[in-house]
Amino acid sequence: MIKINIQKKLHMAGGDTALRMNTELEANSFTALYGPSGAGKTTLLKILAGLIQPEHGRIEVNGQTWLDTERSINLPAQKRSIGFVFQDFALFPNMTVMENLRYALPDRKDERLLLQLLEAVSMQNFAQRKPDTLSGGQKQRVALIRALVRKPQMLLLDEPLSALDNEMRTNLQDVLQQLHREYGLTIIMVSHHLPEIYLLASHVLQIQHGQIVKSGTAGEVFGWEQSVNSITLLGEILSVDPQGVKVLVNNQVIIIAAAGNWQIGDKVTIACQAADLTLKKLL
Amino acid sequence: MDYQPLLLTFKLALVTTMCLLAVGIPLAAWLAKSKSRFKPVAEAVISLPIVLPPSVIGFYLLLAFSPNYHFGQLLESVFDIRLVFSFPGLVLSSMLYSLPFMVQPVQAGLQSLPASLQEASQTLGKSSAQTFFRVLLPNIKPALLTGIVLTFAHTIGEFGLVLMIGGNIPGVTKVASIAIYEQVESLNFAEAHVYAAVLLAISFIILLTVYTVNKRLVKSRWVS
Repeated sequence: MIKINIQKKLHMAGGDTALRMNTELEANSFTALYGPSGAGKTTLLKILAGLIQPEHGRIEVNGQTWLDTERSINLPAQKRSIGFVFQDFALFPNMTVMENLRYALPDRKDERLLLQLLEAVSMQNFAQRKPDTLSGGQKQRVALIRALVRKPQMLLLDEPLSALDNEMRTNLQDVLQQLHREYGLTIIMVSHHLPEIYLLASHVLQIQHGQIVKSGTAGEVFGWEQSVNSITLLGEILSVDPQGVKVLVNNQVIIIAAAGNWQIGDKVTIACQAADLTLKKLL
Repeated sequence: MDYQPLLLTFKLALVTTMCLLAVGIPLAAWLAKSKSRFKPVAEAVISLPIVLPPSVIGFYLLLAFSPNYHFGQLLESVFDIRLVFSFPGLVLSSMLYSLPFMVQPVQAGLQSLPASLQEASQTLGKSSAQTFFRVLLPNIKPALLTGIVLTFAHTIGEFGLVLMIGGNIPGVTKVASIAIYEQVESLNFAEAHVYAAVLLAISFIILLTVYTVNKRLVKSRWVS
């Protein structure tokens, strides 16, 4: 069980706000942090990692106190059992992939673990390459396994998949799921990508202005519990012609034969029944 | 032909550069991450040698080092050190004179590194010292090289400061730039020419090396 109760003043581009969070997460769970930028998601990750100190708070992880400002306890980042994957990967440019991993290795030289991890993300052929010669997806995979070298209890991911194309994203989602199962990790991930959150996270914290505004499964937080049998689209009328009304919806123009007193520029909704929709798989 | 002034010049430049590496890197590291309100003061003091005439620094250092005043007296009575008109005095004043040339590139280099590199190293369980020497410093090699070479070259080019602090003692403080001045004053142009040409050639080679090597260092990050 991970208990978090923290307060911290935030100086954001949009003005000062206060981060106040009080929540509990299950051990070995996969939690997604969702919310607009500047809401305090990355700050929360860094506070958990010990990279930022909150003014007040307590963090307890599986019975161990990492932070307690009242008792002046503050475990340094080095002593917290965490792996952190940064948004910009933060691979050390002066070291090869293997050296990056070896750097993370605690005193004992367990090179076998490094090879296993490289194989787990299919990067064994890139061990001697410098990070700057790798693609975004490859860097991300190295950053991910480097964060796991110390076998942390908790893995913190700051928008790990945001820089990747769809194929790479799916690929890494599989890797993350597999690592989550195999290593019994508690994962906390910042993400803006709803399908990703739906697929990976067992728990979602929606964060706004430094506060948790919703907490639950993806379905509960995003209101997907009940499926609907009709959908509504928002659009704007471009022209009114005898053959129909031209409506701009998501950069596409639909002509709808609908009688009425329409004006160019009217904001409208378009409703259709789910039974009429067709699905087609993209290549 | 007396080669001693040339040898002394390079000895001074070498010792100054090595001492400044030891002093300048920690100072640059502190400036790069400090949020202290004294930081602008420190930065201004360190940068003074860039704008001041060397004779101004030389004058105050001469007063400070002179056994007729407190600091000089203290050094002489407690440590038995006389800095004025001596090689150690030259090294110390050269260090002050070239301090910005070491500190500024290294500080700029450290500041240009993304904070996530240091944070990543911390989350991987590494101490500040391990992070500094194994992650931060190796990733600012071009800045380090620039600092080293500028310090070395700037020390070779000293004249006013050396004249004020060191005087013109052969083998102790008579560096090449002073020797040139002395030869010209006695209308001995041929010898002045040799010293001048050697300094010119060496300074050019040093700078050329920096630009060539720096280009290669930047490129080597992209090739494994």
